[in-house]
Amino acid sequence: MDKITLGAVNTEPGSSLNYKTGSWRTMKPVLTPENCIFCNMCWQYCPDSAIEPADPKEKKPIVIDYDYCKGCGICVQECLANKNVNLKDALAMVPEEK
Amino acid sequence: MGVKQVVKGNFATAVAAKLARVDVVPAYPITPSTLFPEQISQYVANGEMDAELLLTESEHSAMSAAIGASAAGARVATATASQGLKLMSEMLFIASGMRLPIVAAIGNRALSAPINIWADHSDTMAERDSGWLQFYAENNQASLDLMLMAFKIAEDHRVLLPAMVGLDAFVLTHTMEGVDVPLQEEVDEFLPPYEPVYTLDVNKPMTFGSFGTPAHYTEFKYAQWEAMERAREVIDEVFAQFEEKFGRKYEQVSEYRTDDADIIFITMGSVSGTARAAVDRLRERGIKAGVAKMVVFRPFPFERIREVASKAKVLAILDRAVSQGLSGPVFADISSALANVSDRPLLMDFIIGLGGRDITFKDFDDMAEKAQKALKDGKVEQEVNWVNLRTELLGGE
Repeated sequence: MDKITLGAVNTEPGSSLNYKTGSWRTMKPVLTPENCIFCNMCWQYCPDSAIEPADPKEKKPIVIDYDYCKGCGICVQECLANKNVNLKDALAMVPEEK
Repeated sequence: MGVKQVVKGNFATAVAAKLARVDVVPAYPITPSTLFPEQISQYVANGEMDAELLLTESEHSAMSAAIGASAAGARVATATASQGLKLMSEMLFIASGMRLPIVAAIGNRALSAPINIWADHSDTMAERDSGWLQFYAENNQASLDLMLMAFKIAEDHRVLLPAMVGLDAFVLTHTMEGVDVPLQEEVDEFLPPYEPVYTLDVNKPMTFGSFGTPAHYTEFKYAQWEAMERAREVIDEVFAQFEEKFGRKYEQVSEYRTDDADIIFITMGSVSGTARAAVDRLRERGIKAGVAKMVVFRPFPFERIREVASKAKVLAILDRAVSQGLSGPVFADISSALANVSDRPLLMDFIIGLGGRDITFKDFDDMAEKAQKALKDGKVEQEVNWVNLRTELLGGE
């Protein structure tokens, strides 16, 4: 186990990557990839940078990084496919199961 | 040998910062410490001091800048008082928690309300739990000397804690006294450059002021506790080195005519000289009195206070501050130091000199009279006594 340092200095740059903070979640957003319209609104609004953006040229949908997603649901709220009644929902919140 | 100069207390602390080759002085001037940044700004403008003077928009910002500069490896000094120290309060705990050896000169002044600019220890006493080392100067020479020693003690790798040096408002900050100002080469020999353990460096990024969860927070506080405990021996070492170099002796607690004393007055700051003269007068009348002056208040000098207590029948503790609903803070701490001592003297608290009220020989006569009565009765009727209280002013609507 690492010892504590003087004044709580953390000497390792970028060490936050060592910590997966998605375990707090009780709900999680789930993508239906074929319904993604590549608008990237979810990526823009995600407060935790837990979404890898879609590539409209390659028709590649977004990817959710569950290591860091806290399950706030903002992506589901902002999803343009969800808002458009003529389109099928791309994102949905579902209870986290462990 | 230094150069004798007639100077104000604020000059003494500013010249100490110059002689210590301080790199950064973040400050927001407040009475009675305003002359400190003024003097530093003159030194910098004249090219006598190679330092960055940052005039910030508040004391909170001044201490924030001090923390940043110290984390970057600079030697940092600042000065404030009273309300300014209160506005710094949040950042004081961060400086000590981050283990940054910042040194601050505090012109001890009363707190509002009612607003008052005169001598009183309420400002620093309210920060006694901030994790800063606390020293109290009796005169301008001590203000300079303690400021110099504070850097060496604070920066010692066994300590690495910030330190404040208290000098009473106006009585010291604005009063001219003869002071031996050491030569630069003497100070250079005494005080080596600050060697930080970690520094902010863009080429080697680190996180300063990081998060501490319940799993680690206690251990960080314990590490601070251990540093404060180790500071006791570092203070004694540095006081001894200072005496060897400059010929002036400092002790955590200095005693005067205590060996056969029945009554020992416990003092801090500028009143100590008056106390010694008052004790001489009391002795002429056959009253066996002595003085123990506390120079160090944090870490609290438990062992020395117990030694002093073992000599006395009554400890008359002068408190230039009050913890409302309890007692004076010095009385409370001395009481705790003696809690497990079976053969302890009677303890009496005297709230005195608040908001700059003069402390006179008559006050010492009154305190001695009360202490003698307790001595005769073998008990203390009233623990907390307000000295020279103008009862005729009380009872108004």
